[in-house]
Amino acid sequence: MLVQFFECLRRYGLPCSITELLDLNAALEQQVVFADIDAFYTVARMIMVKDERHYDKFDRAFADYFAGVERVDIADAIPKDWLENALKRDLSQQDLEALQGEGDLERLLEKFKERLAEQQKRHQGGNKWIGTGGTSPFGAYGYNPEGIRIGQEGSHARRAVKVWDKREFKDFDDDATLDNRHMQLALRKLRRFARSGAALELDLAGTIRETSRQAGLLDLQWQAERHNAVKVLLFFDVGGSMDDYIMECQQLFSAARSEFKHLEFFYFHNCIYEGVWRDNRRRFDQQLLLFDLLHTYGSDYKVIIVGDATMGPYEIAYPGGSVEHWNEEPGAVWLQRLLDHYPKAVWLNPQPRDRWRYYQSIQLINEIMQGRMFRLSLDGVSDAIAHL
Amino acid sequence: MAVFSSTDSYIVSDELALAVNACVTLQKPLLLKGEPGTGKTRLAEELASALGAPLLQWQIKSTTKAQQGLYEYDAVSRLRDSQLGSDKVHDIANYIRPGKLWQAFTSDTRPVLLIDEIDKADIEFPNDLLHELDQMAFHVYETGEQIKAMQRPIVIITSNNEKELPDAFLRRCFFHYIRFPDEAMLRDIVNVHFPAIQSRLLTTALEVFFDVRETPNLKKKPSTSELLDWLKLLLAEDMSAEQLRDSQQKGGLMPMFGALLKHEQDIEMVEKLAFMSRRQGR
Repeated sequence: MLVQFFECLRRYGLPCSITELLDLNAALEQQVVFADIDAFYTVARMIMVKDERHYDKFDRAFADYFAGVERVDIADAIPKDWLENALKRDLSQQDLEALQGEGDLERLLEKFKERLAEQQKRHQGGNKWIGTGGTSPFGAYGYNPEGIRIGQEGSHARRAVKVWDKREFKDFDDDATLDNRHMQLALRKLRRFARSGAALELDLAGTIRETSRQAGLLDLQWQAERHNAVKVLLFFDVGGSMDDYIMECQQLFSAARSEFKHLEFFYFHNCIYEGVWRDNRRRFDQQLLLFDLLHTYGSDYKVIIVGDATMGPYEIAYPGGSVEHWNEEPGAVWLQRLLDHYPKAVWLNPQPRDRWRYYQSIQLINEIMQGRMFRLSLDGVSDAIAHL
Repeated sequence: MAVFSSTDSYIVSDELALAVNACVTLQKPLLLKGEPGTGKTRLAEELASALGAPLLQWQIKSTTKAQQGLYEYDAVSRLRDSQLGSDKVHDIANYIRPGKLWQAFTSDTRPVLLIDEIDKADIEFPNDLLHELDQMAFHVYETGEQIKAMQRPIVIITSNNEKELPDAFLRRCFFHYIRFPDEAMLRDIVNVHFPAIQSRLLTTALEVFFDVRETPNLKKKPSTSELLDWLKLLLAEDMSAEQLRDSQQKGGLMPMFGALLKHEQDIEMVEKLAFMSRRQGR
């Protein structure tokens, strides 16, 4: 009974198991609900969903199963006519290399405005107009290392300088608890135990000493339990080119979550500037100023930054280089401030190490980090931990 | 079997009532989450009194161990007694103190067991209770006894989401998230607590209350219990609806704000916002 429903839930990514299916069947058998779709909804949700984070998934699955409600895709809003992914050009490596960057950011922006004014029609292919699949610096689904990307979901080359999509990035949930045991073990090396809190543990040595001092009359001694006293700040790069590495980041995130008691995490995009945020849905109105952060968390915190450091070099080196806002001071200054305050800091990069040298931005960041950039893998994490 | 629904002192949503009844019928623990102050703990109390069952409340703290819920063996007093030459020493059962689970399992009538704020405990705590909650039985090593529930108690577990609970534990529970009540339900709740309140005062107060709740970035959003405290203060001061509206329009903090806002930063922020909205000539 209800196997189809169960499978539909699983398809929507709800982590429900056979136990829950049996429970639901038992509930129906006991006639907790009878011929009442609303009540069935409540009971099914209560049994199948164990976390309010999944309520939304359940709602969609329920609607899909019982009404076959069409899902409305809000994402495809405006310029789809222009930017249809119709023409995908397969560029060879030589072609890619032959294309040279347009250089200065301001020149690029100016050119974009110019061409937008010149151009009237939808355009595909070619190397000048704004459109799809071409090698012009403007548009989507094409390749130009310093291009401007417009209304595109997930790029082919992931190198556009301005992201116009304003996408709401998904918050990481720490779903991947099953396969992160190794990651946890790696992080475990960071444990520094210290005794703190109430004295609850029997201090055996102390008890023996004091009891003998009392001539055999029992005198119990207590001590505080040992707790992991390490404090960690975790910064995650989200969106853009990081989409490829969501899996690895989730693993690290969920491992860190259960490993450290003093763990604070923040998100940033591409490079750290004056503000970071905790909640991706509120990223623009709930930014936390980096200055506040420096003043809130003492320098005994250890800092782990996770990001692929793949971006336009402007984003690090020049004021106003950020893809999302106008930054008064370049990312390098902010990163340096962070490092000055937290001497124990590492950068974890999910990109394979042999690709690092192809990106100027990775080398820049690695310089700022004084070589403390490591690959986001088991070995890399272990190495990084050794540096903390 | 008595069916649980709203009483004259506690308003429960249909969803929650259904969830509770399903748990009672299917004999599974119910895990409740929700904002602080939405009546998670109250639910267990009301359920016990509605069913006429005894309530066993196990308050979890950061130092609570699962074993303490089963039983505790007081080795220290036994050691002391042996030094003092007491006769009690020979029977180990004298030093075994039953915990809340033991009491619940051996109760004559089917009790309601409340495991309150389970997320406060150590990360391993829920795992240590898996078998006990599943089989409703456990073994006492010291005496070799097997304690088994004569009737499965109704178990209500509350959590404030401070820690993730392990999957294996969640599998064994039913889950309900108590949503913050909407205005109509909030009115019902207030009327249950303050039957004599003037409806105009209540309308204004609720307006102010929802305004505060919608303020972004609040450290602690006021919830039902804060609203009730605040109304109690307003009534004690004999505040009229006009006075309240006045102070709302003038800007600045609402009277008795201490009952609604618990953080210094929150107070500052609400004050600032109120000041700004007055300047905009609202």
